[in-house]
Amino acid sequence: MLIFEHSRPGRAAHAQMPEHAADVSDLPAHLMRTDAPRLPEASEMDVVRHYTRLSQKNFSIDTQFYPLGSCTMKYNPRACNSLAMLPQFLARHPHAPAETGQGFLASMYELQEILKDVTGMAGVSMAPMAGAQGEFAGVSMIRAYHDARNDHARREIIVPNAAHGTNPATAVMCGYTVREIPTDREGDVDLEALRAAVGPHTAGLMLTNPSTLGVFEKKIQDIQKIVHDAGGLLYYDGANLNAILGRVKPGDMGFDVIHMNLHKTFSTPHGGGGPGAGPVGVSERLLPFMPVPVVTHDKGRYRLLVEADIPQSIGRMSANNGNAGVLLRAYIYARMLGAEGMHRVADFATLNANYLLAELKKAGFDIAFPTRRASHEFIITLKKLKDETGVTAMDFAKRLLDYGYHAPTTYFPLLVPECLLIEPTETESMETLDGFITAMKTILAEARSNPDLVKGAPYTQPVRRLDDVKAARELDLVWKR
Amino acid sequence: MPFIPHTEHDIQAMLAAIGAPSIDALFDEIPAALRNGKLTKVPTALSEMEINRLMQERAEADGRYLNFIGAGAYEHHIPAAVWQITTRGEFYSAYTPYQAEASQGTLQLIYEYQTMMASLTGLDVSNASLYDGGSGLAEAVLMAVRAHKGAARVLMPRTVSPVYRAVVRGIVKNQLIEIIELDYDPATGTTPVPTADMGDFAALVVSQPNFFGALEEVDTLTDWAHAHGARVIALVNPTSLALLKAPGQWGAKGADIAVGEGQPLGAPLSSGGPYYGFMTCKQELVRQMPGRIVGRTVDLDGKPGFALTLQAREQHIRRSKATSNICTNQGLVVTASTIYMSLLGPEGLKRVAAASHANTRVLLEKLSAIAGVKRVFSAHCFHEAVIQIDAPAGEVLRALQAQGILGGYDLSGHYPELGNAILVCATETKTAADLDLYAQQLARILSKRREAPPCAYKS
Repeated sequence: MLIFEHSRPGRAAHAQMPEHAADVSDLPAHLMRTDAPRLPEASEMDVVRHYTRLSQKNFSIDTQFYPLGSCTMKYNPRACNSLAMLPQFLARHPHAPAETGQGFLASMYELQEILKDVTGMAGVSMAPMAGAQGEFAGVSMIRAYHDARNDHARREIIVPNAAHGTNPATAVMCGYTVREIPTDREGDVDLEALRAAVGPHTAGLMLTNPSTLGVFEKKIQDIQKIVHDAGGLLYYDGANLNAILGRVKPGDMGFDVIHMNLHKTFSTPHGGGGPGAGPVGVSERLLPFMPVPVVTHDKGRYRLLVEADIPQSIGRMSANNGNAGVLLRAYIYARMLGAEGMHRVADFATLNANYLLAELKKAGFDIAFPTRRASHEFIITLKKLKDETGVTAMDFAKRLLDYGYHAPTTYFPLLVPECLLIEPTETESMETLDGFITAMKTILAEARSNPDLVKGAPYTQPVRRLDDVKAARELDLVWKR
Repeated sequence: MPFIPHTEHDIQAMLAAIGAPSIDALFDEIPAALRNGKLTKVPTALSEMEINRLMQERAEADGRYLNFIGAGAYEHHIPAAVWQITTRGEFYSAYTPYQAEASQGTLQLIYEYQTMMASLTGLDVSNASLYDGGSGLAEAVLMAVRAHKGAARVLMPRTVSPVYRAVVRGIVKNQLIEIIELDYDPATGTTPVPTADMGDFAALVVSQPNFFGALEEVDTLTDWAHAHGARVIALVNPTSLALLKAPGQWGAKGADIAVGEGQPLGAPLSSGGPYYGFMTCKQELVRQMPGRIVGRTVDLDGKPGFALTLQAREQHIRRSKATSNICTNQGLVVTASTIYMSLLGPEGLKRVAAASHANTRVLLEKLSAIAGVKRVFSAHCFHEAVIQIDAPAGEVLRALQAQGILGGYDLSGHYPELGNAILVCATETKTAADLDLYAQQLARILSKRREAPPCAYKS
């Protein structure tokens, strides 16, 4: 039932509105609204009950194991939320002077320093509001760098074919053309193809490491040299930073610019699809181009650096200061982990992934890159199972929902057929992983003995499989009475 | 080990299953020269009790002020239920609803949100939200240019928020889109219909209310842009739409795209975020719209359900040919907003808008009665307006701050031609006593300045 169907003319949550309707007759009639917007007319309890019930139709980290590859669905500590929502933090206006936010700004400054340390970069700006916006800021800085040197021939960004879709989409938004290069059989970038691709037209290479194939790019030092020798810059997509946190620093790998997904690595909530935060880190040569604002500290006072302070800045990503509340949550998480806890993140994320990989391999699943160590995630391919039984990766994923597990990422990366990308994260216990392994084995047996059962899944969710084709062909995006 | 559940026994059992001698060995594919993650600047861990103490102290240091700043972010009452429900783990810790069957809560909520926003703006369809109002306007500009077959030019009045204009420039500049700024009428503070030949352009942006809080003649501007073969992007305050004409009703044909900052609908000010940008448009533009969109469909048994749709526009399918690189919405803030709009309802939102307008009107009467203070523009305003004072705005605002009052947004940086001008806002959260206090303090500060030389003034 929709909230609109709970609506009754004349009902309202009276405690939540000004007692009287103020006189607005001074406003000119031709600019006024004549019809009421379609908002529900409901009591406070109607609304509370409706949305509480809706929440219960979701899978979430707080209720289920969520091994969604490339998304780092780790536990979101509750203190990060409660402390970021202290009333003084919530009440502060974005245009309030810096003196009224020294506590907030101190936290922002310290987070910037922590992010510099873990990435090994010379500077960090926390302006971007999401990973994709961090990518946009990063590639914009690459462009600003070449432009500032009057090197206008560099019009091309190289991305491996395993890259996230945001990489090529971002390059285009920055006015670049995109060249995709292949991946070799071991899951690494094809060096010969890279050598053939680079030249005076190369603006940069965007790379995720460990890659979206769940393996560490072993030839990263060669890649770095090839791109830099050609005059291009190296972009690090931080989607998989959780795999190396406290183990390897992107700056040490020679990257010029990196974005981080704080909603992955620093455990801020995914919130059903956002808000995230996508800070960018830069090497020395890109410092002059960082997006504003950046937090600075001098003479015991914190303040924001703006356009006047960083005249070559690529500019602003948001009307205010980025997703400040998300950054606060990340800061609190970082302080609770501390240096010692941060080293453990990559360790246990990797331990969990390799344990799952080993056990699923023993159970008869095909591992996409069987000769490689898993990073914090790995890929299984159900191609053979599909050929034998007709059960697809999507069917398998849907059946997992029936066993109370969120599905791994399906059909990404695009170059592994019928794939499941599995990322357990460090916050899951061995028993949880064992339960998941049992479910995977059970479904594998079901697929062989009763494939139609798996193809019809899920059966236990609020709805069965949905008609996506109808959703796209007969668009129903807004409720009509 | 905070947030890591492994016992020593688990670790040994897992390593044995893997066949690795140690956790270190799991990193053996990484070149040895790179295996140096040593952290030097990250402090040692704090327990929850310790971080609690630290953050409480910092919050207290920031304090609380009586706030009259608006300028794109507005203080409104937020019902307790809004964030209590929003931060339920099932909403808070869920991911983007790719597995629709296991995400019906989030998906249905977004569908309800889309319905509310479409109705509020008087347009056909809505997406699931963008990052914020500023980046939302940039996406609207890109969308209008994609849909227009002619020149990649967009008309942007100077009455559009200067920070929004900066964000738009930053986001569209590398796509060879020309942004042409239109000046405002210094008497009214609104955008006159251009009389010069503007050539071919894709869209006109119309901000209602505009950055000065003033009401634009939206019908005339809309009809003018349409007569020139361009589309109209309405940049609107969602609270105001409970009172003001919806963009879909502007002029003869209505605005084509509406965008704006969603923060006033249930998001706390929170130093600037997270907020969200809303975007709605006419049906004919839906395939040009960026961002997530939820549609209603049916399941195998014919039961209604909800799913992400029109994904062929998006980066994970279209890659370099996507409408945008965006791959999230601001889901949790949209959750809060949907609950907020449901609790307020049509009557509640209208009362909030009316009370904000009335409070601002009263504040302006009180302030303009003070010697040395005057209104700058003659146009009607919604819940914000520009005042000019006969003393340096920055110094006066600092003096008010010393009294616990944030007196408004200093316009002298972005609009030096307005002199010592301050943008003031009083929402429904302000009481008559609050308005009196502001007026008394401003009168006291201005008169004291006249009596004493400014350099001696320290209060």
